[in-house]
Amino acid sequence: MLKRLDELKVGETGQIKKVGGEGRLRRRLFDMGVTPGAIVNVRKLAPLGDPIEVTLRGYELTLRKVEANLIEVEVED
Amino acid sequence: MSKRFALAGNPNCGKTTLFNSLTGSTAHVGNWPGVTVDKKEGTYKKLAENIDIIDLPGIYSLSPYTSEEVVSRNYILEEKPDCVINIVDATNLERNLYLTTQLLEIDVPMVVALNMCDVLRKNGDTIKIDELAKRLGVPVVEISALKEENLDSLMKAAYEASRERREGSTVIENKDLLHLVGDVKIAFEGMKIANPLFHAIKLVELDELETKDHPSLVKMVEEFKETFNDKTFGSDFEALIADARYTYISNHFTDLFVSNPEAEVVESEEAKGTKKNTTSDKIDKVLTHRFWGIPIFVAIMFLIFHFTFGEALFFIPVHMEGAAADFFSGMSGEPLDGIPSLGVFLQSWFGWFTDSLIIENLANVMPEAWYTSLLLDGILGGVSAVLSFVPQIMLLFFFIAILEDSGYMSRIAFILDRAFRKFGLSGKAFIPMLTGFGCSVPAIMATRTLEDEKEKRLTIRLMTCFSCGAKAPIWAMLAGIGTWVGAAGDIFVFTIYLGGIAAAVIFALFLKLFSKDRYVSPFVMELPAYHWPQARNVGALLWEKLKHYMIKAGTIILACTIVIWFLSNFGWDFWYNNAFNSSLEDATFNLGGNVYPYFVEAVNEEGEIEMVYNMEWSMLGTLGQSLRYFFYPLGCLEGGWTYGADGWKYCVATITGLIAKEDVVATMAVLGLDEGTIALNAAGAYSFAAYNLFTIPCFAAIGAAHGELKGKHFWLTLLWWFAMSYVVARLIYWIGAAYVFAWWLGLIVTLVVVGAIVGCGIVVSKRQKEALAVRA
Repeated sequence: MLKRLDELKVGETGQIKKVGGEGRLRRRLFDMGVTPGAIVNVRKLAPLGDPIEVTLRGYELTLRKVEANLIEVEVED
Repeated sequence: MSKRFALAGNPNCGKTTLFNSLTGSTAHVGNWPGVTVDKKEGTYKKLAENIDIIDLPGIYSLSPYTSEEVVSRNYILEEKPDCVINIVDATNLERNLYLTTQLLEIDVPMVVALNMCDVLRKNGDTIKIDELAKRLGVPVVEISALKEENLDSLMKAAYEASRERREGSTVIENKDLLHLVGDVKIAFEGMKIANPLFHAIKLVELDELETKDHPSLVKMVEEFKETFNDKTFGSDFEALIADARYTYISNHFTDLFVSNPEAEVVESEEAKGTKKNTTSDKIDKVLTHRFWGIPIFVAIMFLIFHFTFGEALFFIPVHMEGAAADFFSGMSGEPLDGIPSLGVFLQSWFGWFTDSLIIENLANVMPEAWYTSLLLDGILGGVSAVLSFVPQIMLLFFFIAILEDSGYMSRIAFILDRAFRKFGLSGKAFIPMLTGFGCSVPAIMATRTLEDEKEKRLTIRLMTCFSCGAKAPIWAMLAGIGTWVGAAGDIFVFTIYLGGIAAAVIFALFLKLFSKDRYVSPFVMELPAYHWPQARNVGALLWEKLKHYMIKAGTIILACTIVIWFLSNFGWDFWYNNAFNSSLEDATFNLGGNVYPYFVEAVNEEGEIEMVYNMEWSMLGTLGQSLRYFFYPLGCLEGGWTYGADGWKYCVATITGLIAKEDVVATMAVLGLDEGTIALNAAGAYSFAAYNLFTIPCFAAIGAAHGELKGKHFWLTLLWWFAMSYVVARLIYWIGAAYVFAWWLGLIVTLVVVGAIVGCGIVVSKRQKEALAVRA
């Protein structure tokens, strides 16, 4: 099922399908390894509910929900 | 000219540790992204010739996302080092090699240093080094920067590599794309541009800097784009190339990483993206807990200040007299009502050493002359006042260094981002701000890690809110005075630091209110694994601070105390008026028939009337008197800092604080204001603290700001710092004074001020929501 990364629950894993956004933000996401095909696991939410922490390519990355919303992931049902 | 080797790698991959190991210097290392913001240089001396080692800022990519990435990119491209040593964190091969694939495209000799191999071995994992070297086409050396393993072979390999030219190579395999890259490369070669392959690929990515430099070639890429259609990416070259790199890495290098065969179950989990539950994860579960994360953060911060400035440990009332009290209070002879914190304990003994042992004994043996006064009241009084806070400041830095080195700092950004975003800042801006608790100079320089100019500007303007180490003596001094503030010294200092953070939020909000811009910069950041703070890193940081502090005390502050002593002991007639044993005839200096009241009558300890020197008529005194008019509203009632005969001294101290913030305390000491003689009430102390906290920082920090800000933005920043400190100190004094008058008046004033702030908050947060909605 296709979802946005910010819609994933803590503990859910998915494969990145598409990265939206534009300019530097998008470039940054690519550079940090957020590219189509990468497997991403949502680790936790910050105490105030945002940003989120994910694991991908063997390390921990934090990004906000608005940014996670730009990333489409395929989640196994 | 000696050879130059540049160190390049991801943030937090052990680059600066390697730099320290190679050069023996003590460059500052921390466990969060963005510690090295400008390049640092050192020398490696163990080869036939000396090698200059250049430590470049940690970067994830050679794209111009932040100015530190531009620094690294430009250095390698334009300064042409003889060899690039690419440090790769062996425990995180995939993302680290992404940068490697970009560095490979540059025509420069290169060696890969596979760092943290000791950790790898401990986990039982291995990497097939020879195969990795073969596939990358450059030498690979296994090292441990921390344990200094294999560094000599690394340098030898780099030295060998530097003797031969190397042409850039790329890992992109898509034929059509390579065709385009080839065409652009030929165009670049025709233009005689160095590193044609690197520039060609960046242009195909439509990289910002590249398209700006070569607009004529952009057309070629655009035309090609139209004919191109990849089935997943369409003609999105940026995504295509980034993907090509990562695909290449996972196809060609992931199989070189052989995990510990005994941990195979975990490995299959890892393949799905869920990582094994390491100690780091367990710690993180607690420290960034949904509910406990913020209370733990506040508790940690409070404990740090409590252990450094607290008068009674955990507020437990323990009454002590005699020997015990003397032991805990550094022979003060006063009874104690609690066990002092380590910081206060060390400070009182340090004070005993300088005041009782040195100054008092010298005063007994030295003759009463001007040079005695210069040495004891001026130099020793001023410098020792500053030095007496060394134990407390070192302790504070020790705690901050642990937070930094352990990896907790980046979690603070993670925890606080949501709160900060409301005010147009990202949690990432919080990292330079946290550095600001140490020193504003590197903190202002660290704003380079922020990608957005406006956010950078805002962060610099807010920098003074984060009490730097040099301001700590002011708080420590106020925390020791005899009124309410002193009775709860740790709480006073804690509120200064927390109040500074709160003020930063309010200032950000205020600045946002008048800005048409509603853009919020993104927050995409690595969270490094926790590790035990390395004694060496913490030690290096403390040593660096101590050295800096001592040098400052011995130069700028020493010079300043001499000048202040001169100005405060000489009148405008350039006469040394502070003579000892003055008779009335000496005391009034007759000039043109006017009697100058250099001396006033005072009652001494034996109840006799004697003449004492009246500093108000010194050069500094008269200057300070005029300054006092200017600062008058900030503390004009009894207990305020511009009130009464001592008022001008505080005013002068705030001005000398521009030279170095430690000078505030040094100046006050020379002018006879110390913990015993400061008579400020809470309103006065907070107003004085607020003014010194928020106002224009020292000249060194002004210089750093000048380096980061252009033209009018710099001057506006200076104006902002001054205006804000004046206004806030006034507001605080207004509220405080109202409470002194009557509780209901205080309450009304508080409500008015808080109401205005909340009002601003509502307006800004509404506008912010709209901005985010537009972006999404």
